[in-house]
Amino acid sequence: MKTAIIDLAYLLSAVLFIFGLKRMQSPVTARTGNALASLGMLVAVVATLFLQEILSWPMILGGLALGGLIGVGLARTVEMTAMPELVAVFNGFGGLASALVSGAELSQYVGGDVYGFGIVTAVTIALSILIGTVTFSGSLVANGKLSGWITGTPISFPGLRVLTGLLLVGAGVAFGVMVAYAEAFPTLARPMILAALGLGAAALLLGVLLVIPIGGADMPVVVSLLNSYSGLAAAAAGFVLDNTALIVSGTLVGAAGMILTVLMCDAMNRSLANVMLGGFGGGDGATGDLDVPEGKTVNETSPQDTAILARYADKVVIAPGYGLAVAQAQHEVRELADRLEAQGIEVKYAIHPVAGRMPGHMNVLLAEADVSYEKLYELEDINPELSTTDLAIVVGANDVVNPAAREDEGSPIYGMPILNVDAADSVVMIKRSLSPGYSGVPNELFYANNTKMLFSDAKEAVGQIADAVKEMEEA
Amino acid sequence: MLNNLIIFVLAAFLGAEVLSKVPQTLHTPLMSGANAISGITIVGALVAAGMTTGPWSTWIGFAALVVATINVVGGFLVTDRMLKMFGQKTASSASAGAPPTNGTPE
Repeated sequence: MKTAIIDLAYLLSAVLFIFGLKRMQSPVTARTGNALASLGMLVAVVATLFLQEILSWPMILGGLALGGLIGVGLARTVEMTAMPELVAVFNGFGGLASALVSGAELSQYVGGDVYGFGIVTAVTIALSILIGTVTFSGSLVANGKLSGWITGTPISFPGLRVLTGLLLVGAGVAFGVMVAYAEAFPTLARPMILAALGLGAAALLLGVLLVIPIGGADMPVVVSLLNSYSGLAAAAAGFVLDNTALIVSGTLVGAAGMILTVLMCDAMNRSLANVMLGGFGGGDGATGDLDVPEGKTVNETSPQDTAILARYADKVVIAPGYGLAVAQAQHEVRELADRLEAQGIEVKYAIHPVAGRMPGHMNVLLAEADVSYEKLYELEDINPELSTTDLAIVVGANDVVNPAAREDEGSPIYGMPILNVDAADSVVMIKRSLSPGYSGVPNELFYANNTKMLFSDAKEAVGQIADAVKEMEEA
Repeated sequence: MLNNLIIFVLAAFLGAEVLSKVPQTLHTPLMSGANAISGITIVGALVAAGMTTGPWSTWIGFAALVVATINVVGGFLVTDRMLKMFGQKTASSASAGAPPTNGTPE
């Protein structure tokens, strides 16, 4: 009876998760969707607390209070630009929790009053430890690369692949030992415990080694893949505990992460294997390179001239990129758009799927600055409109507007869908230098006849353009 | 075991069906929200921390409970913070293209 009630409560929470995710399909309903999902979590937690035979209440309440406080603190204080880093950290905690749950389950058997350990339990516990721990250490490295305490450039050293291979073999052996001693456990506990610890250690190192060779700008793909793993780790923990709620919700998360991963890879026209093998790109290209190649000319412009161009345009398209996030220029961009719109000029935003450091990163930043999501256009929707656009302003984006992706078959980014800003009558690129983008591919757009370069920090430049537009109104 | 496997496979199909329709605009909140849901391991952590069969299992369970709670509480709150910003836009654009207000709240 008791277990039936628990199971029904878990079913209810799984249903709430599904409804919650379903409501994520529109910005209008998304917030209530999130509330429904958190309600589902509350149902699951309360059911577990009240109906399981839980003995150590002080510990439970202490754990909930401590974790809750840390969670609230992190969620309240994070800057919207730092969202990818925070998601990476939470993701790592999710993986760690799954691994620890499996560890605790294992040590319960050592305690002696639980029986019925078998090969299936051993396999799921081992899987949960492996996936959970890789997710944990991988997410921490991803966080480091995103927030800068680990260099964004791919890190590699001789023997990296060999070492990774050896660790994989080691993890495989530990996994095998756990399964082999499953029947003898817990009477013969030592080999199982040692193998589980060994597996955890190997997985910890594996997570690090798998992520460090991947460049900073590929971190969105990594974070979303690891997100998928943390879901799978939860599902594995569900198999361990024979718990339907865990299996359903873990699997939903796994699917979400996988879908986003595939979408991003498609948006870059690269395979997942190509991203994960790493070594792509040379960091953020912050070399401050201003050398113009021979035979090319750069048309430089000023904020004032850009303001004039914008003021006499009928239609302006703004293409933001990671530079906007770094400079935190979203509020200035909105101010500029507001001033232009007040003059009857149509302003639209062109959002490339991999602009920023996380899928949908630009959307969140612009939403923070109160830009209506109805003005944000996806790649397929804005490209046909660019040929009738008078002015395209590129704010801190580079590879996602590089025509080489369309024209140069030899280019590493060839075939990647791009925003065709070069189809607009004029293009103003706000950028600090002529350095190539993350991919390291030179951008011909810098030297095109209809392109003007505005060398400046994005926040400063856009603010000055907005001020210049304002002065023209007043004059 | 077989039942669990069936549930797993069906949930995977359901997830793919529901989630592939989420627009690009909401991908960041989707990711952080989904991640908060993966904190459902909190249920396992509660069970593990609530048992007193051995000091090891209790303390490992406690650690699991703390990190899972951080994930759940932080994840849902930060997702709500993001979605609230999207929501404001609905309210203002619903008022029929009223001129955008100057100055940002918050």
